[in-house]
Amino acid sequence: MRAWTCASISEGAAPLNSFLTSKWTKAALFLLCLVPLGDLVWRGLHDEMGADPVTFITHRTGEWTLRFLVLTLAISPLRKIPRLSLLIRFRRMLGLFAFFYVCLHFTTWIWLDHSFAWAEMWKDIHKRPYITVGFTGFVLLIPLALTATRGWIRRLGGRRWQMLHRAIYAAAIAGVVHYYWLVKSDVRRPLAYAFLVTILLAWRLGHGIERLRKRISAGPVPGKKGSATA
Amino acid sequence: MLVQRKPDLTYADVTPKRLYMGRRNFLLGLLATSGAVAGWRKLPEWLAGRGTGSVPVPLEGVVKWPGSTSEPETPIEKTTHWNNFYEFGTDKTDPAVNARNFQVSPWSISVEGEVAKPRTFTMEEILKLAPLEERIYRHRCVEAWSIVVPWIGFPLNVLAKLVEPTSKARFVAFQSFYDSRQMLSSGQAGIEFPYVEGLRLDEALHPLALLCVGMYGETLPNQDGAPVRMVIPWKYGFKSIKSIVKIRFVKYQPQTSWNLENPREYGFYSNVNPHVDHPRWSQATERRIGPGLGLFNRRIPTLMFNGYGDQVASMYAGMDLRKYF
Repeated sequence: MRAWTCASISEGAAPLNSFLTSKWTKAALFLLCLVPLGDLVWRGLHDEMGADPVTFITHRTGEWTLRFLVLTLAISPLRKIPRLSLLIRFRRMLGLFAFFYVCLHFTTWIWLDHSFAWAEMWKDIHKRPYITVGFTGFVLLIPLALTATRGWIRRLGGRRWQMLHRAIYAAAIAGVVHYYWLVKSDVRRPLAYAFLVTILLAWRLGHGIERLRKRISAGPVPGKKGSATA
Repeated sequence: MLVQRKPDLTYADVTPKRLYMGRRNFLLGLLATSGAVAGWRKLPEWLAGRGTGSVPVPLEGVVKWPGSTSEPETPIEKTTHWNNFYEFGTDKTDPAVNARNFQVSPWSISVEGEVAKPRTFTMEEILKLAPLEERIYRHRCVEAWSIVVPWIGFPLNVLAKLVEPTSKARFVAFQSFYDSRQMLSSGQAGIEFPYVEGLRLDEALHPLALLCVGMYGETLPNQDGAPVRMVIPWKYGFKSIKSIVKIRFVKYQPQTSWNLENPREYGFYSNVNPHVDHPRWSQATERRIGPGLGLFNRRIPTLMFNGYGDQVASMYAGMDLRKYF
Protein backbone atom coordinates (compact mmCIF):
# COMPACT_ATOMS: atom_id res chain seq x y z
CA MET A 1 0.00 0.00 0.00
CA ARG A 2 2.70 2.34 1.08
CA ALA A 3 4.85 1.46 -1.88
CA TRP A 4 1.94 2.08 -4.22
CA THR A 5 1.30 5.49 -2.75
CA CYS A 6 4.92 6.49 -3.13
CA ALA A 7 4.99 5.30 -6.68
CA SER A 8 1.93 7.30 -7.59
CA ILE A 9 3.42 10.42 -6.07
CA SER A 10 6.65 10.13 -7.98
CA GLU A 11 4.73 9.35 -11.13
CA GLY A 12 2.52 12.37 -10.51
CA ALA A 13 5.55 14.58 -10.01
CA ALA A 14 6.89 13.99 -13.47
CA PRO A 15 4.15 15.76 -15.45
CA LEU A 16 4.10 18.61 -12.90
CA ASN A 17 7.84 19.03 -13.20
CA SER A 18 7.76 18.97 -16.95
CA PHE A 19 4.90 21.48 -16.83
CA LEU A 20 6.86 23.79 -14.54
CA THR A 21 10.07 23.50 -16.57
CA SER A 22 8.46 23.78 -20.00
CA LYS A 23 9.40 26.90 -21.88
CA TRP A 24 5.78 27.07 -23.05
CA THR A 25 4.59 27.46 -19.48
CA LYS A 26 6.91 30.39 -19.06
CA ALA A 27 5.81 31.89 -22.37
CA ALA A 28 2.14 31.45 -21.43
CA LEU A 29 2.73 33.08 -18.05
CA PHE A 30 4.51 35.94 -19.78
CA LEU A 31 1.49 36.55 -21.99
CA LEU A 32 -0.84 36.18 -19.01
CA CYS A 33 1.10 38.91 -17.19
CA LEU A 34 0.46 41.20 -20.15
CA VAL A 35 -3.33 40.74 -19.95
CA PRO A 36 -3.82 43.72 -17.58
CA LEU A 37 -1.98 45.93 -20.05
CA GLY A 38 -3.98 44.48 -22.95
CA ASP A 39 -7.18 45.18 -21.02
CA LEU A 40 -6.14 48.83 -20.55
CA VAL A 41 -5.30 49.22 -24.24
CA TRP A 42 -8.57 47.57 -25.26
CA ARG A 43 -10.57 49.83 -22.96
CA GLY A 44 -8.63 52.85 -24.16
CA LEU A 45 -9.49 52.12 -27.77
CA HIS A 46 -13.15 51.53 -26.93
CA ASP A 47 -13.54 54.48 -24.54
CA GLU A 48 -14.31 52.13 -21.66
CA MET A 49 -12.20 53.66 -18.95
CA GLY A 50 -14.98 55.52 -17.23
CA ALA A 51 -15.41 59.23 -16.86
CA ASP A 52 -11.84 59.88 -15.77
CA PRO A 53 -9.46 57.66 -17.77
CA VAL A 54 -6.34 59.05 -16.11
CA THR A 55 -7.55 58.02 -12.67
CA PHE A 56 -8.62 54.68 -14.07
CA ILE A 57 -5.19 53.93 -15.56
CA THR A 58 -3.43 55.19 -12.44
CA HIS A 59 -5.50 52.96 -10.16
CA ARG A 60 -5.26 49.90 -12.40
CA THR A 61 -1.49 50.05 -12.89
CA GLY A 62 -0.97 50.77 -9.19
CA GLU A 63 -3.09 47.85 -8.10
CA TRP A 64 -1.37 45.47 -10.56
CA THR A 65 2.00 46.57 -9.21
CA LEU A 66 0.85 45.53 -5.73
CA ARG A 67 -0.54 42.25 -7.04
CA PHE A 68 2.73 41.37 -8.77
CA LEU A 69 4.72 42.31 -5.67
CA VAL A 70 2.52 39.97 -3.62
CA LEU A 71 2.89 37.18 -6.20
CA THR A 72 6.67 37.65 -6.26
CA LEU A 73 6.83 37.52 -2.46
CA ALA A 74 4.61 34.43 -2.44
CA ILE A 75 7.05 32.34 -4.47
CA SER A 76 9.50 31.68 -1.62
CA PRO A 77 6.88 30.27 0.79
CA LEU A 78 5.15 28.30 -1.99
CA ARG A 79 8.33 26.62 -3.17
CA LYS A 80 8.77 25.03 0.26
CA ILE A 81 5.72 22.94 -0.58
CA PRO A 82 6.95 19.57 -1.89
CA ARG A 83 7.03 19.43 -5.69
CA LEU A 84 6.54 23.14 -6.10
CA SER A 85 10.19 24.11 -5.70
CA LEU A 86 10.44 24.76 -9.43
CA LEU A 87 8.16 27.78 -9.04
CA ILE A 88 11.38 29.70 -8.48
CA ARG A 89 11.72 29.74 -12.28
CA PHE A 90 8.95 32.36 -12.45
CA ARG A 91 10.02 34.67 -9.62
CA ARG A 92 12.22 36.97 -11.66
CA MET A 93 9.56 37.39 -14.32
CA LEU A 94 6.88 38.24 -11.75
CA GLY A 95 9.20 40.71 -10.04
CA LEU A 96 10.05 42.36 -13.34
CA PHE A 97 6.35 42.63 -14.16
CA ALA A 98 5.82 44.41 -10.83
CA PHE A 99 8.49 46.84 -12.01
CA PHE A 100 6.90 47.07 -15.45
CA TYR A 101 3.52 48.05 -14.00
CA VAL A 102 5.02 50.51 -11.52
CA CYS A 103 6.81 52.15 -14.47
CA LEU A 104 3.45 52.50 -16.25
CA HIS A 105 1.94 53.84 -13.02
CA PHE A 106 4.73 56.40 -12.64
CA THR A 107 4.61 57.38 -16.33
CA THR A 108 0.85 57.89 -16.09
CA TRP A 109 1.39 60.21 -13.16
CA ILE A 110 4.10 62.33 -14.79
CA TRP A 111 2.68 62.35 -18.29
CA LEU A 112 -1.11 61.95 -18.34
CA ASP A 113 -1.85 63.40 -14.91
CA HIS A 114 0.69 66.21 -14.62
CA SER A 115 1.83 66.75 -18.24
CA PHE A 116 5.49 66.90 -17.18
CA ALA A 117 5.04 69.77 -14.73
CA TRP A 118 8.31 68.77 -13.05
CA ALA A 119 8.41 71.53 -10.43
CA GLU A 120 4.86 70.73 -9.26
CA MET A 121 5.59 67.02 -9.09
CA TRP A 122 8.88 67.48 -7.24
CA LYS A 123 6.99 69.62 -4.71
CA ASP A 124 4.36 66.88 -4.36
CA ILE A 125 7.04 64.24 -3.74
CA HIS A 126 8.37 66.37 -0.87
CA LYS A 127 5.09 67.58 0.51
CA ARG A 128 2.61 64.71 0.20
CA PRO A 129 3.44 61.73 2.39
CA TYR A 130 1.53 59.27 0.20
CA ILE A 131 3.48 60.40 -2.86
CA THR A 132 6.78 60.41 -0.93
CA VAL A 133 6.28 56.83 0.19
CA GLY A 134 5.05 55.68 -3.22
CA PHE A 135 8.00 57.30 -4.96
CA THR A 136 10.36 55.68 -2.43
CA GLY A 137 8.91 52.27 -3.22
CA PHE A 138 9.40 52.90 -6.94
CA VAL A 139 13.01 54.02 -6.48
CA LEU A 140 13.74 50.96 -4.33
CA LEU A 141 12.64 48.69 -7.16
CA ILE A 142 14.98 50.24 -9.76
CA PRO A 143 18.24 48.58 -8.61
CA LEU A 144 16.41 45.28 -8.24
CA ALA A 145 15.18 45.41 -11.83
CA LEU A 146 18.63 46.42 -13.07
CA THR A 147 20.40 43.56 -11.28
CA ALA A 148 17.86 40.87 -12.18
CA THR A 149 20.34 38.95 -14.35
CA ARG A 150 22.69 36.02 -13.81
CA GLY A 151 25.60 38.32 -14.61
CA TRP A 152 24.74 40.62 -11.74
CA ILE A 153 24.30 37.73 -9.32
CA ARG A 154 27.83 36.66 -10.23
CA ARG A 155 29.26 40.16 -10.03
CA LEU A 156 27.71 40.92 -6.66
CA GLY A 157 28.04 37.47 -5.20
CA GLY A 158 24.97 35.49 -4.21
CA ARG A 159 24.89 36.75 -0.64
CA ARG A 160 25.19 40.43 -1.44
CA TRP A 161 22.72 40.08 -4.30
CA GLN A 162 20.24 38.49 -1.94
CA MET A 163 20.74 41.26 0.61
CA LEU A 164 20.10 43.88 -2.07
CA HIS A 165 16.98 42.13 -3.28
CA ARG A 166 15.49 42.14 0.20
CA ALA A 167 14.66 45.77 -0.67
CA ILE A 168 11.49 44.30 -2.18
CA TYR A 169 10.15 43.92 1.39
CA ALA A 170 10.48 47.66 1.92
CA ALA A 171 9.03 48.37 -1.53
CA ALA A 172 5.98 46.20 -0.83
CA ILE A 173 5.40 47.90 2.53
CA ALA A 174 5.82 51.31 0.85
CA GLY A 175 3.28 50.31 -1.81
CA VAL A 176 0.69 49.29 0.76
CA VAL A 177 1.20 52.44 2.86
CA HIS A 178 0.95 54.55 -0.33
CA TYR A 179 -2.42 52.95 -1.06
CA TYR A 180 -3.66 53.21 2.52
CA TRP A 181 -2.80 56.91 2.73
CA LEU A 182 -4.55 57.93 -0.45
CA VAL A 183 -8.03 56.45 0.10
CA LYS A 184 -10.62 58.66 1.75
CA SER A 185 -12.47 56.39 4.13
CA ASP A 186 -12.99 52.91 2.70
CA VAL A 187 -9.75 51.14 3.62
CA ARG A 188 -10.83 47.56 2.83
CA ARG A 189 -8.63 47.09 -0.22
CA PRO A 190 -5.46 48.64 1.19
CA LEU A 191 -5.99 46.50 4.30
CA ALA A 192 -6.35 43.36 2.16
CA TYR A 193 -2.94 44.04 0.61
CA ALA A 194 -1.50 44.91 4.03
CA PHE A 195 -2.76 41.55 5.27
CA LEU A 196 -1.15 39.61 2.40
CA VAL A 197 2.17 41.43 2.66
CA THR A 198 2.19 40.99 6.45
CA ILE A 199 1.62 37.23 6.12
CA LEU A 200 4.36 36.89 3.50
CA LEU A 201 6.87 38.93 5.50
CA ALA A 202 5.93 37.22 8.79
CA TRP A 203 6.59 33.86 7.13
CA ARG A 204 10.10 35.08 6.26
CA LEU A 205 10.66 36.28 9.80
CA GLY A 206 9.52 32.93 11.20
CA HIS A 207 11.65 31.09 8.70
CA GLY A 208 14.70 33.20 9.59
CA ILE A 209 14.22 32.63 13.34
CA GLU A 210 13.85 28.90 12.71
CA ARG A 211 17.13 28.77 10.77
CA LEU A 212 18.91 30.81 13.44
CA ARG A 213 17.65 28.48 16.19
CA LYS A 214 18.83 25.45 14.26
CA ARG A 215 22.24 26.98 13.84
CA ILE A 216 22.47 27.77 17.56
CA SER A 217 21.29 24.35 18.66
CA ALA A 218 23.79 22.76 16.28
CA GLY A 219 26.46 24.30 18.52
CA PRO A 220 29.58 26.25 17.66
CA VAL A 221 30.96 25.56 14.24
CA PRO A 222 34.16 23.56 14.68
CA GLY A 223 37.28 25.38 13.71
CA LYS A 224 35.62 28.78 13.75
CA LYS A 225 37.77 31.09 15.80
CA GLY A 226 36.17 32.85 18.72
CA SER A 227 32.80 31.18 18.57
CA ALA A 228 33.64 28.77 21.40
CA THR A 229 35.38 31.24 23.70
CA ALA A 230 33.29 34.37 23.17
CA MET B 1 12.85 43.25 -73.61
CA LEU B 2 11.81 40.20 -71.72
CA VAL B 3 11.79 40.72 -67.99
CA GLN B 4 12.60 37.57 -66.06
CA ARG B 5 10.55 37.45 -62.90
CA LYS B 6 11.12 35.14 -60.04
CA PRO B 7 7.90 33.56 -58.84
CA ASP B 8 6.59 35.35 -55.72
CA LEU B 9 5.69 32.21 -53.91
CA THR B 10 7.38 28.86 -53.67
CA TYR B 11 6.23 25.57 -52.26
CA ALA B 12 7.99 26.48 -49.03
CA ASP B 13 5.47 29.29 -48.57
CA VAL B 14 2.44 27.05 -48.78
CA THR B 15 0.55 27.03 -45.53
CA PRO B 16 0.55 23.52 -44.10
CA LYS B 17 -2.87 21.95 -44.25
CA ARG B 18 -2.93 21.57 -40.47
CA LEU B 19 -2.52 25.32 -39.96
CA TYR B 20 -4.87 26.18 -42.80
CA MET B 21 -7.57 24.07 -41.25
CA GLY B 22 -6.59 25.38 -37.81
CA ARG B 23 -7.40 28.99 -38.61
CA ARG B 24 -11.07 28.34 -38.16
CA ASN B 25 -10.42 26.97 -34.69
CA PHE B 26 -8.15 29.92 -34.01
CA LEU B 27 -10.87 32.37 -35.01
CA LEU B 28 -13.41 30.48 -32.93
CA GLY B 29 -11.03 30.58 -30.00
CA LEU B 30 -10.53 34.31 -30.47
CA LEU B 31 -14.28 34.82 -30.63
CA ALA B 32 -14.85 32.72 -27.52
CA THR B 33 -12.16 34.62 -25.63
CA SER B 34 -13.50 38.04 -26.54
CA GLY B 35 -16.99 36.82 -25.72
CA ALA B 36 -15.81 35.67 -22.30
CA VAL B 37 -14.02 38.99 -21.72
CA ALA B 38 -17.07 40.99 -22.75
CA GLY B 39 -19.26 38.81 -20.52
CA TRP B 40 -16.92 39.34 -17.60
CA ARG B 41 -17.18 43.10 -18.06
CA LYS B 42 -20.98 43.06 -18.10
CA LEU B 43 -21.19 40.63 -15.16
CA PRO B 44 -21.77 43.22 -12.39
CA GLU B 45 -24.56 44.89 -14.35
CA TRP B 46 -26.03 41.56 -15.32
CA LEU B 47 -25.98 40.31 -11.72
CA ALA B 48 -27.66 43.52 -10.58
CA GLY B 49 -30.58 42.76 -12.88
CA ARG B 50 -32.80 45.23 -14.65
CA GLY B 51 -33.47 47.22 -11.55
CA THR B 52 -36.79 47.80 -9.84
CA GLY B 53 -36.13 51.37 -8.70
CA SER B 54 -37.17 54.73 -10.05
CA VAL B 55 -35.95 55.94 -13.43
CA PRO B 56 -35.58 59.56 -14.66
CA VAL B 57 -38.50 61.15 -16.51
CA PRO B 58 -38.45 64.41 -18.54
CA LEU B 59 -39.22 67.63 -16.67
CA GLU B 60 -41.61 70.08 -18.35
CA GLY B 61 -41.56 73.85 -18.41
CA VAL B 62 -37.91 74.33 -17.46
CA VAL B 63 -36.58 77.85 -18.10
CA LYS B 64 -32.94 78.61 -18.83
CA TRP B 65 -31.20 80.57 -16.11
CA PRO B 66 -29.13 83.44 -17.58
CA GLY B 67 -26.14 82.93 -15.27
CA SER B 68 -25.12 79.53 -16.67
CA THR B 69 -21.50 78.88 -17.59
CA SER B 70 -20.77 78.47 -21.30
CA GLU B 71 -18.08 75.83 -20.63
CA PRO B 72 -18.64 72.49 -22.40
CA GLU B 73 -20.99 70.23 -20.44
CA THR B 74 -19.86 66.91 -19.09
CA PRO B 75 -21.77 64.23 -21.05
CA ILE B 76 -24.60 62.63 -19.06
CA GLU B 77 -23.06 59.13 -19.32
CA LYS B 78 -19.97 60.39 -17.50
CA THR B 79 -21.85 62.37 -14.85
CA THR B 80 -24.07 59.37 -14.09
CA HIS B 81 -21.19 56.87 -13.92
CA TRP B 82 -18.76 58.87 -11.80
CA ASN B 83 -20.47 59.33 -8.44
CA ASN B 84 -19.50 59.69 -4.85
CA PHE B 85 -22.62 58.38 -3.12
CA TYR B 86 -21.06 56.29 -0.36
CA GLU B 87 -24.39 54.76 0.70
CA PHE B 88 -24.23 52.87 -2.62
CA GLY B 89 -20.54 51.92 -2.59
CA THR B 90 -17.23 53.75 -2.50
CA ASP B 91 -16.02 53.16 -6.07
CA LYS B 92 -17.18 55.97 -8.31
CA THR B 93 -18.77 53.45 -10.66
CA ASP B 94 -20.64 51.63 -7.83
CA PRO B 95 -23.67 53.91 -7.36
CA ALA B 96 -24.78 53.58 -11.01
CA VAL B 97 -25.15 49.83 -10.42
CA ASN B 98 -26.10 49.69 -6.74
CA ALA B 99 -28.74 52.45 -6.81
CA ARG B 100 -30.81 50.71 -9.49
CA ASN B 101 -33.36 49.44 -7.03
CA PHE B 102 -33.54 52.67 -5.04
CA GLN B 103 -37.20 53.63 -4.40
CA VAL B 104 -37.65 57.40 -4.47
CA SER B 105 -41.43 57.53 -4.67
CA PRO B 106 -43.32 58.47 -2.56
CA TRP B 107 -40.94 61.05 -1.09
CA SER B 108 -41.21 63.98 1.25
CA ILE B 109 -38.95 66.42 3.07
CA SER B 110 -39.63 67.44 6.64
CA VAL B 111 -38.68 71.10 7.21
CA GLU B 112 -38.48 71.88 10.90
CA GLY B 113 -36.55 73.51 13.73
CA GLU B 114 -36.39 77.26 14.34
CA VAL B 115 -39.19 78.11 11.93
CA ALA B 116 -42.62 79.70 12.37
CA LYS B 117 -44.33 77.20 10.07
CA PRO B 118 -42.74 73.76 10.17
CA ARG B 119 -44.05 71.64 7.36
CA THR B 120 -43.62 68.45 5.38
CA PHE B 121 -43.36 68.91 1.63
CA THR B 122 -44.22 66.04 -0.65
CA MET B 123 -42.14 65.68 -3.80
CA GLU B 124 -45.14 66.70 -5.89
CA GLU B 125 -45.45 69.92 -3.85
CA ILE B 126 -41.73 70.67 -4.14
CA LEU B 127 -41.86 70.44 -7.93
CA LYS B 128 -44.57 73.16 -7.95
CA LEU B 129 -43.04 75.61 -5.45
CA ALA B 130 -41.28 77.70 -8.08
CA PRO B 131 -40.54 77.76 -11.80
CA LEU B 132 -37.85 75.18 -12.54
CA GLU B 133 -34.61 76.65 -13.87
CA GLU B 134 -31.82 74.95 -15.75
CA ARG B 135 -28.56 76.16 -14.25
CA ILE B 136 -25.25 75.02 -15.72
CA TYR B 137 -22.78 75.06 -12.83
CA ARG B 138 -19.18 73.96 -12.41
CA HIS B 139 -19.04 71.19 -9.80
CA ARG B 140 -15.65 70.69 -8.07
CA CYS B 141 -14.99 67.56 -6.04
CA VAL B 142 -12.63 67.64 -3.06
CA GLU B 143 -10.72 64.87 -4.89
CA ALA B 144 -9.53 67.44 -7.48
CA TRP B 145 -11.76 66.55 -10.41
CA SER B 146 -14.64 68.60 -11.76
CA ILE B 147 -17.68 68.36 -14.01
CA VAL B 148 -20.02 70.85 -15.68
CA VAL B 149 -23.66 69.91 -15.14
CA PRO B 150 -27.00 71.37 -16.27
CA TRP B 151 -28.87 71.04 -12.99
CA ILE B 152 -32.61 71.74 -12.68
CA GLY B 153 -34.17 73.30 -9.61
CA PHE B 154 -34.78 76.57 -7.79
CA PRO B 155 -33.06 78.42 -4.95
CA LEU B 156 -33.50 76.87 -1.51
CA ASN B 157 -34.54 80.33 -0.25
CA VAL B 158 -37.92 79.84 -1.99
CA LEU B 159 -38.67 76.94 0.34
CA ALA B 160 -37.17 78.75 3.34
CA LYS B 161 -39.55 81.71 2.91
CA LEU B 162 -42.54 79.38 3.15
CA VAL B 163 -41.54 78.03 6.56
CA GLU B 164 -40.42 81.44 7.91
CA PRO B 165 -37.19 80.88 9.85
CA THR B 166 -37.22 82.68 13.22
CA SER B 167 -34.50 85.02 14.47
CA LYS B 168 -32.97 82.09 16.36
CA ALA B 169 -32.14 80.23 13.14
CA ARG B 170 -28.46 80.75 12.27
CA PHE B 171 -27.59 77.50 10.49
CA VAL B 172 -29.36 74.90 8.36
CA ALA B 173 -28.84 71.16 8.89
CA PHE B 174 -29.59 68.66 6.13
CA GLN B 175 -30.09 64.91 6.38
CA SER B 176 -30.04 62.26 3.64
CA PHE B 177 -32.32 59.29 3.35
CA TYR B 178 -30.85 56.13 4.84
CA ASP B 179 -32.04 52.55 4.68
CA SER B 180 -29.42 49.84 5.10
CA ARG B 181 -31.67 47.34 3.27
CA GLN B 182 -31.68 49.49 0.13
CA MET B 183 -28.08 50.58 0.66
CA LEU B 184 -26.32 47.28 1.13
CA SER B 185 -22.79 48.61 0.61
CA SER B 186 -23.15 51.35 3.20
CA GLY B 187 -21.63 49.27 6.01
CA GLN B 188 -18.20 49.39 4.39
CA ALA B 189 -18.14 53.10 3.53
CA GLY B 190 -16.11 54.16 6.55
CA ILE B 191 -18.44 57.07 7.33
CA GLU B 192 -21.54 57.16 9.50
CA PHE B 193 -25.05 57.25 8.05
CA PRO B 194 -27.46 58.90 7.65
CA TYR B 195 -25.29 61.42 5.82
CA VAL B 196 -25.60 64.90 7.29
CA GLU B 197 -24.51 68.28 6.01
CA GLY B 198 -24.90 71.90 7.03
CA LEU B 199 -24.68 75.50 5.89
CA ARG B 200 -24.66 78.86 7.59
CA LEU B 201 -28.10 80.51 7.16
CA ASP B 202 -26.79 83.18 4.78
CA GLU B 203 -25.12 80.47 2.65
CA ALA B 204 -28.31 78.42 2.55
CA LEU B 205 -30.36 81.47 1.51
CA HIS B 206 -27.85 82.58 -1.14
CA PRO B 207 -29.46 82.70 -4.60
CA LEU B 208 -26.84 80.28 -5.99
CA ALA B 209 -27.67 77.56 -3.41
CA LEU B 210 -29.91 75.32 -5.48
CA LEU B 211 -32.56 72.89 -4.34
CA CYS B 212 -32.09 70.49 -7.22
CA VAL B 213 -34.70 68.09 -8.62
CA GLY B 214 -33.20 67.18 -11.98
CA MET B 215 -30.40 67.34 -14.51
CA TYR B 216 -29.99 67.14 -18.28
CA GLY B 217 -33.69 67.88 -18.78
CA GLU B 218 -34.93 65.01 -16.60
CA THR B 219 -35.57 64.16 -12.97
CA LEU B 220 -32.46 63.12 -11.04
CA PRO B 221 -31.08 59.63 -11.67
CA ASN B 222 -30.91 57.58 -8.45
CA GLN B 223 -27.11 57.65 -8.27
CA ASP B 224 -27.05 61.44 -8.50
CA GLY B 225 -29.18 61.98 -5.42
CA ALA B 226 -32.77 61.39 -6.51
CA PRO B 227 -35.29 62.77 -6.05
CA VAL B 228 -34.06 66.01 -4.45
CA ARG B 229 -30.61 67.28 -3.45
CA MET B 230 -28.66 70.43 -2.83
CA VAL B 231 -26.15 71.93 -5.26
CA ILE B 232 -23.79 74.50 -3.77
CA PRO B 233 -21.44 75.37 -6.63
CA TRP B 234 -18.81 77.33 -4.69
CA LYS B 235 -18.19 74.48 -2.21
CA TYR B 236 -16.62 71.05 -2.64
CA GLY B 237 -19.04 68.44 -3.95
CA PHE B 238 -19.60 66.60 -0.69
CA LYS B 239 -21.39 69.69 0.70
CA SER B 240 -24.08 69.20 -1.97
CA ILE B 241 -26.04 66.59 0.00
CA LYS B 242 -28.11 64.02 -1.91
CA SER B 243 -31.55 62.45 -1.44
CA ILE B 244 -32.68 64.89 1.28
CA VAL B 245 -35.38 63.86 3.76
CA LYS B 246 -34.91 66.50 6.44
CA ILE B 247 -34.01 70.18 6.55
CA ARG B 248 -33.68 71.68 10.02
CA PHE B 249 -33.10 75.35 10.86
CA VAL B 250 -30.92 75.45 13.97
CA LYS B 251 -29.18 77.78 16.43
CA TYR B 252 -25.73 76.18 16.40
CA GLN B 253 -23.36 74.92 13.74
CA PRO B 254 -24.54 71.40 12.87
CA GLN B 255 -22.36 68.33 12.52
CA THR B 256 -21.37 67.24 9.03
CA SER B 257 -20.49 63.70 7.91
CA TRP B 258 -17.01 64.17 6.45
CA ASN B 259 -16.01 66.54 9.22
CA LEU B 260 -17.01 63.87 11.75
CA GLU B 261 -14.97 61.28 9.86
CA ASN B 262 -11.83 63.40 9.62
CA PRO B 263 -11.99 66.94 11.06
CA ARG B 264 -8.39 67.70 10.03
CA GLU B 265 -9.15 67.08 6.36
CA TYR B 266 -12.75 68.24 5.88
CA GLY B 267 -13.91 71.51 7.39
CA PHE B 268 -17.45 72.76 7.93
CA TYR B 269 -17.12 75.45 5.25
CA SER B 270 -15.23 73.47 2.57
CA ASN B 271 -15.30 76.35 0.12
CA VAL B 272 -13.40 75.59 -3.07
CA ASN B 273 -10.02 77.22 -2.44
CA PRO B 274 -6.91 76.60 -4.56
CA HIS B 275 -4.71 78.18 -1.86
CA VAL B 276 -5.67 75.80 0.94
CA ASP B 277 -4.58 72.25 0.13
CA HIS B 278 -6.18 69.11 1.39
CA PRO B 279 -3.64 67.75 3.93
CA ARG B 280 -2.87 64.90 1.52
CA TRP B 281 -3.16 66.49 -1.92
CA SER B 282 -3.02 69.80 -3.73
CA GLN B 283 -6.20 71.75 -4.51
CA ALA B 284 -4.42 74.15 -6.91
CA THR B 285 -5.53 72.30 -10.05
CA GLU B 286 -8.31 69.95 -11.11
CA ARG B 287 -8.96 67.44 -13.88
CA ARG B 288 -12.02 68.54 -15.82
CA ILE B 289 -14.18 65.66 -16.95
CA GLY B 290 -15.57 67.03 -20.18
CA PRO B 291 -16.67 65.74 -23.53
CA GLY B 292 -14.09 63.74 -25.45
CA LEU B 293 -11.79 60.88 -24.55
CA GLY B 294 -10.13 62.70 -21.69
CA LEU B 295 -6.92 60.72 -21.85
CA PHE B 296 -4.77 63.75 -22.53
CA ASN B 297 -6.89 66.36 -20.79
CA ARG B 298 -4.65 68.87 -19.13
CA ARG B 299 -5.20 69.90 -15.56
CA ILE B 300 -6.84 73.30 -15.28
CA PRO B 301 -6.26 75.79 -12.47
CA THR B 302 -8.88 75.67 -9.72
CA LEU B 303 -10.61 79.02 -9.20
CA MET B 304 -11.30 80.65 -5.83
CA PHE B 305 -14.87 79.75 -4.76
CA ASN B 306 -14.91 77.66 -7.94
CA GLY B 307 -15.21 80.86 -9.97
CA TYR B 308 -18.30 82.13 -8.07
CA GLY B 309 -16.29 84.61 -5.95
CA ASP B 310 -18.09 87.67 -7.36
CA GLN B 311 -21.34 86.40 -5.93
CA VAL B 312 -20.24 84.70 -2.70
CA ALA B 313 -16.91 86.15 -1.49
CA SER B 314 -18.62 88.91 0.49
CA MET B 315 -20.15 86.31 2.84
CA TYR B 316 -16.63 85.44 4.03
CA ALA B 317 -15.18 88.96 4.26
CA GLY B 318 -12.71 89.19 7.14
CA MET B 319 -12.69 85.44 7.74
CA ASP B 320 -9.41 83.52 7.83
CA LEU B 321 -10.20 80.89 5.20
CA ARG B 322 -7.17 78.86 6.25
CA LYS B 323 -8.66 78.46 9.69
CA TYR B 324 -12.25 78.10 8.49
CA PHE B 325 -11.44 75.73 5.62
